[in-house]
Amino acid sequence: MTTPHVKTAEGFKRISIDPITRLEGHGKIDIFLNAEGEVADCFFQVPELRGFEKFCEGRPVEEMPRITPRICGVCPEAHMMASAKACDAVYKAELPLTAKLLRELQYNIFFVTDHTTHFYALAAPDFVMGPDCDPAIRNLIGVIGKVGLEIGGKVIKCRAEGHEASKIFGGKPVNPVNAIPGGMSKPLYPEERNRIEEIVVDMVEFAKFSMQLFEDVVLKNPQYLDLILNGPYIHKTYSMGLVDEKNRVNFYDGKVRVVGPDGKELVKYEPRDYYKHIGEHVEPWTYLKFPYLKAVGWKGLVDGLDSGVYRATPQSRLNVAEGMNSPLAQEAYERYFETLTNDRSGHTPVHHTLAIHWARLVELLNAAEHSLELVRHPEITHPENYRVVCTNVPSEGVGIVEAPRGTLTHHYVTDERGIVKRANLIVGTTNNNAAICMSVKKAAQGLIRKGVEVKEGTLNMIEMAFRAYDPCYGCATHSLPGQMPLIVRVRDVDGTVLSETTRN
Amino acid sequence: MSTNGSEKKKVAMYWAASCGGCDISLLEIGPRILDLTAVADVVFWPVAVDFKYADVAAYPDEYIDYCFYNGGVRNSEQEEVARLLRKKSKTLVAYGTCACDGGIPALANLKSKQGIFEAAYLDNPSTVNPAKVLPQEITETPVGQLEIPKFYDQVLRLIDVVEVDYLIPGCPPQADRVWEAILALVGGVVPPRNKAVKVACTDKSVCDECKREKRKVKIKEFKRPHQVRPEPEWCLLEQGLICMGPATRSGCGALCTNADLPCRGCYGPSGTVEDQGTAMVSAIGSILDVTTEEQARAMLNQIADPTGTFYRFSLGSSYLKARK
Amino acid sequence: MADQVMTADVSTRASATFEPRIIGFLCYWCSYTGADMAGTARMKYPPNIDIVRLMCSGRIDPELVATAFAKGADGVLVCGCHIGDCHYMVGNHKTMVRIPLLQRVLREMGIEPQRFRLEWVSAAEGARFQKIVREMTEQVRQLGPLNWPGLMRSRGVGHGMDLKPWGEV
Repeated sequence: MTTPHVKTAEGFKRISIDPITRLEGHGKIDIFLNAEGEVADCFFQVPELRGFEKFCEGRPVEEMPRITPRICGVCPEAHMMASAKACDAVYKAELPLTAKLLRELQYNIFFVTDHTTHFYALAAPDFVMGPDCDPAIRNLIGVIGKVGLEIGGKVIKCRAEGHEASKIFGGKPVNPVNAIPGGMSKPLYPEERNRIEEIVVDMVEFAKFSMQLFEDVVLKNPQYLDLILNGPYIHKTYSMGLVDEKNRVNFYDGKVRVVGPDGKELVKYEPRDYYKHIGEHVEPWTYLKFPYLKAVGWKGLVDGLDSGVYRATPQSRLNVAEGMNSPLAQEAYERYFETLTNDRSGHTPVHHTLAIHWARLVELLNAAEHSLELVRHPEITHPENYRVVCTNVPSEGVGIVEAPRGTLTHHYVTDERGIVKRANLIVGTTNNNAAICMSVKKAAQGLIRKGVEVKEGTLNMIEMAFRAYDPCYGCATHSLPGQMPLIVRVRDVDGTVLSETTRN
Repeated sequence: MSTNGSEKKKVAMYWAASCGGCDISLLEIGPRILDLTAVADVVFWPVAVDFKYADVAAYPDEYIDYCFYNGGVRNSEQEEVARLLRKKSKTLVAYGTCACDGGIPALANLKSKQGIFEAAYLDNPSTVNPAKVLPQEITETPVGQLEIPKFYDQVLRLIDVVEVDYLIPGCPPQADRVWEAILALVGGVVPPRNKAVKVACTDKSVCDECKREKRKVKIKEFKRPHQVRPEPEWCLLEQGLICMGPATRSGCGALCTNADLPCRGCYGPSGTVEDQGTAMVSAIGSILDVTTEEQARAMLNQIADPTGTFYRFSLGSSYLKARK
Repeated sequence: MADQVMTADVSTRASATFEPRIIGFLCYWCSYTGADMAGTARMKYPPNIDIVRLMCSGRIDPELVATAFAKGADGVLVCGCHIGDCHYMVGNHKTMVRIPLLQRVLREMGIEPQRFRLEWVSAAEGARFQKIVREMTEQVRQLGPLNWPGLMRSRGVGHGMDLKPWGEV
């Protein structure tokens, strides 16, 4: 929080949004207006650091899949899987087919739950109710009021079933523990598999329903379509995502592919080579680092072919891929690209930040469909092949998965007993730090104009710039009594309050 | 559920050095949350609702009926908000193991602040920082100063910085236990002000809830989970896998041992001890099958990481709390 | 007794050189008798050690050691019967596991190994007890005060209660 003694320079005014809400854990935005009332600069600051990279030193590497999920309580499975894959690499373990199937199945089901939570809790209110509508109803209650109580029930059911699946696989609904070096801690028993299949069938129907909802409410509404296509939220950056051997989107495994703003491939790398391609830049005004592409270089908070800034979001994953591994999702993928780029093949990347919400739904459908294929695989319930015992001497390993909000990298170096000596983590949202800073600044510059009153809706539309990235958590799928008071005080250099805008 | 007055109760939740799992866990009470929101208004919850710090500061004192604070106190902002929320709340609950005992973030207390900064910003395989830039509390720019909170030398618990009424342990707390606690609070069964009492859990250890068979044999060899397939239904500790069950508070339902993995102590110290680590050291002393010092030494060498395992979640409430 | 003595602040002692506070946990049957023998034989050893007598070294809960350091002890000495001589047969079998394990944990917390010692002392080893205490007192004196309460205070434990009330934002 900004304490009173922090100074603003002569001739400038500061607007603070603190803390930012309905998204990433901790953050604040400081907008500086010049004497003409235009945005001179805008900073998105992350005030928090916990130090996992350091305090994991000295821990046994097989404990990392149980420690690192506490980086994020909404996507603990992402960290668990990336960590387990890094441990597999550390022990040079060859996983049997059943183990890989189980990991991918659990992970895809988690993806469905996570994307559902974000879309309905965070995205839907802005689109279904309108970005500048009365904040009292711009939340899930308003959404339910507009589209029906039935939908709220479906969302709760999807999340509840997703967590039931988590419990079946890994013991706990939040922070399951079952991915270990070499596979999983327990097999999937046949009666459990039957229940998982029921859950996944429900999820496929729900995914189809969600996509239809988005089309009916958003895409068929010319005002929203215009906001997506033409609002101040476009950045032409590089895109990053995992792809399988056919360049199709895969959340669990594959190689990391990076394509430029023009769609041309820059690089496709194995997880173990990540640090050759990704650098991280440090700024003194935020605890979060800025990953960038080493081949292009750090040029500051700018986009374009010459800037190493890249994005790793559902949209980026679709940009780098050439298709989806399930039929309905493939159709949805083609429709998405045709609408946004007139090119069904998907070779032209999409840069419209708000369209990330749409890409997220394509992934939701894919995760559900792919889960159905996996859960019906004959090897999924094998009683022995759910793990191998690790016997090789441990040394070093990298594991990469796609977290719902971006490429997640875990890198461990251990001694010969498997005790961690060094750890490096590049977490999903971190990839997008530069892009989020740029999106927020661009939104502020586009929306705050001299002579135009700074209204509550304006502030919300600035917040929408980062909400699209779905940083780090998902939350209320349940009803919220929506009062969202906000006080914006514009202070002069000496602290005198010049104006105050409130909502509620 | 009923409340004491016709007016809706005011509820708040804040996350400090936390992962967000506690906020999610509050939602795991499922459809029951609709009952809750019928009688309560959320007046501050950054994850979900748009109230800002300025709004909370403007509330009258003790405006908030129940405030749930999750996460450890890692920096100055988190301590300031803790004090602010204490002032504005009738009942302040430390929610989750991080706020109660330090949690996983408190593992950083085994390292120094300098070490943490070096590992993140300087000595890191992917970080490119030739100018050795480090985050600063104040940064000067042409338009004004930018501020970020001060990173403390040590992770503190909520009770280290303010008075706390109740503690709900767990990483995260399990839904059914949480619901019981909420019913008790809102129904007035427990006093609004109390002396940091742990609720939504029992005083016993996880072994009490774990269904695995205890054969009462002594351990001959320690093993690590990736080295061995445990025998189903037999106590994992007796099989030689370090399991924190004996030193850990129950309330979770022994979920991890059900998934064939040993308990790691995420509910914090059990009801009769304050320090989870020394309790576990003591327990291990009693169950090894050794008669000579050499045998003892050999078995102790098999334990990979005693400090990080015995204090995984509760360094903040141990006697020593941190590395010198 | 123990409580008052243990929480006295080292810094208030009127002494030019640092006088370590060492807490000794001794078992009744062997090691306390050995220490007693040193006393009756007028074998001088430094007064820096305060002895707590328990029936068996196996009764020494690691919690006692950690509490001693947390409350301001500069050193802790644990003594028991030699292995095989325990009055309760297997009491010191537990000690020989607990104390080395605890030593490892406390070392990782930054407490130097010379501050926390385990010695088997028989009832006849008064001279040996004298030697141990003299040696340990000097080693801890060289290391300086541990002052764990001061360290925690400087790191912010409990200071939120002292800060001024919340002001305007």
